[in-house]
Amino acid sequence: MSSWRFGFGALAVVAAGAALPHLVSNSYVFYAGFITLQYVIVATAWNILGGYAGYVNFGAGAFVGLGIYSAVFLFKAIAAPLWLQVLGAAAAGGLLGLGMGYLTLRIQGVFFSIATLALTIVLNTIVVNWSFIGGARGATVLAPAPVWFPSIVSYVFFATLVLAVITVAVARWIERSWVWRGLAALRANEQAAECCGTPTLKLKLFAATVSGALIATAGAPYPYYASYVEPGSAFGLTIALNALAMPLIGGTRSWIGPVIGALLLSSIEQAATVTIPTEVNLLIVGLVLIGFVVAAPDGLLGLFARRQNQGARA
Amino acid sequence: MSEPVLSVRGVRKRFDTLIAVADVDLDVGRGEKLGIIGPNGSGKTTLINCITGVLRPERGRIIFEGVDVSRMPTYRRARAGIARSFQIPRPFVGMSVVENLLVPLDYVESKEEGVARAHAILASVGLQSRAGDPAESLSHLELRKLELARALAAAPRLLIADEVMAGLSEPEIDEMLDILFELNALGVTIIMIEHIMHAITRFSERLVCMETGRIIANGKPQDVARDPEVRRVYFGK
Repeated sequence: MSSWRFGFGALAVVAAGAALPHLVSNSYVFYAGFITLQYVIVATAWNILGGYAGYVNFGAGAFVGLGIYSAVFLFKAIAAPLWLQVLGAAAAGGLLGLGMGYLTLRIQGVFFSIATLALTIVLNTIVVNWSFIGGARGATVLAPAPVWFPSIVSYVFFATLVLAVITVAVARWIERSWVWRGLAALRANEQAAECCGTPTLKLKLFAATVSGALIATAGAPYPYYASYVEPGSAFGLTIALNALAMPLIGGTRSWIGPVIGALLLSSIEQAATVTIPTEVNLLIVGLVLIGFVVAAPDGLLGLFARRQNQGARA
Repeated sequence: MSEPVLSVRGVRKRFDTLIAVADVDLDVGRGEKLGIIGPNGSGKTTLINCITGVLRPERGRIIFEGVDVSRMPTYRRARAGIARSFQIPRPFVGMSVVENLLVPLDYVESKEEGVARAHAILASVGLQSRAGDPAESLSHLELRKLELARALAAAPRLLIADEVMAGLSEPEIDEMLDILFELNALGVTIIMIEHIMHAITRFSERLVCMETGRIIANGKPQDVARDPEVRRVYFGK
C-alpha cells in the first residue's frame, strides 16, 4: 500500500470516527469501539518491540496501568484536558520503556520476559500505596462535558481512534524504514547484526521507548471512559496476555497482523461478554492462543502467505 | 610488510581461569592475505572476537587504520571497515537474501543505491538467482556465500573469514577461494581462519599458528608448515 493511499485511508477513518457520534445513538457501539481500539493500540505498539525485535514484553499491563494513572494524576493535579493526559501518559510510558530497556535489554530471551512481568507488580504496589491518586480504594474521575461530541463516551471513542491511527502509522513507518531491518536482524541474530553495523542496543532502546509510550496512551482515555479506576483492573495481567496474543494471532511481521488480531480477539471477547460469564474471557483467549500457536505459528498473515505459496506451486 | 592496516598489541582475554588469548601481538599489512591456523581451542576465534569487538579484551589495544578502536562497540568497528563471517552461518532468517545484504548497506548507501549494490554483490558471489528467496531456504554453500556477501556489503577494508570453507566439497572450496582471491584483488585485506590446510596455504601469503592463546609461528606458509613446534601441536608430530 502506498503512503498516499495509507494517508487517505487514515484520514477517512478519522473523519468517519468524528461523524459516527452524530449518526449513531446506541452508546454500546462506542463502548465496544473503545475497547477494540484500545486493543489495536496495545497490540500494534507491543509488536514494535515484541514482534519486530523479538523481545517478548510481559509488562504491557504495567504500561497501560501507567497510562491510566498518569491521566488520573494530571486530572487531579491540574484538571488536565484529555489531550494533555494522553501526552503525559506517552511521556511516562516512553520513560518507563527506556528505563526498562536500559536495565533489561542486555538480558536476552526468557530472562527479559520475566523482568518485564515483575514491572506490573512493582507499579501496582506503588499505586496501591499512593493516596493522591486513590490508592487501593481507587479514584473517581468525573470528566467535563465534551464540546462537540454528544457524550463523553463518544468523545473518548474518537480520541482513542485518533491514537490508534497514530500508533498504526508509527508502526508502518518503522516497518518501511531501515529501523525495521535493524530490528529484524537483531531478532534473528544480535551478534551478526552488530557485526553488520547495526547499533543493536540503541535500536532496542528506541523500540522499547516507542512501544512503551504508545501502549501507555491506550490507558490514558480510560479514566474518562470508566469514570472510576482501581489498581486491580488497571494493572490486570489479562492485558499482558492479550498484548501477546493479538499479534501472535494476526502475525507479527507486519503492522496489519496485530490490527487483525486485535479486531478478532476483541470481537470474540465482546461476543463472549454478552453471551457467557465474563470470567470465561480469559479461557477463550488462552484457547484461541493455543489454537494459533499449534495451527498457525506465524499468525493469520503467515497462514495466508503459506496458502498463497501452496497455490502458486500447485 | 606495507604499513599495517591492523595492529594487535598485547591483547589478552581470559575466561575465568582459562587464558584464551595471551598477550598477542600481530600486524596485518594493507591488502595482505593472512592465514591463521591452530588446533581447536587455541584462541583463533577469541582473537577475532576481540578484533571485531564481540569480546572485550582484558588488556591490550586494537589499532585499525591508525585509529585505536579498542573501546569502540562492535557496530562502529563494522562501520569503520572491519567485517567478518561466522564459523556457523548466521543468516537473518525471516528476511530474503537481498534484504540480508540491505542490513549493512543501510549504513553505507542510500536506499536506491543500496538495492542496486546488493544485487551487484549477490551477482559477484553467484547468488543473484536467489535474491528474493528466504535466507533460510539456502543450501550450505549458499549460506556460506551469503555470509561473505553480507560482510562485503559493509564495504570492508578488512575481512575476517572464519572457517568459511568448513563442510564444503572440493569444487565448492575452489569456488569460495576464487571469490576471496577476487576480493583481495579489489584491495580488501583478508584474514582467513581455516582448518583445511591445502586451502589456507594456497590462499595465504603469510601464516600464523596459534596454540593455547599464543602465536607460536609466524611466516611464509611453507616455513610455518615445517616449523617443528607447529608440527608438534598441530599435526601431532
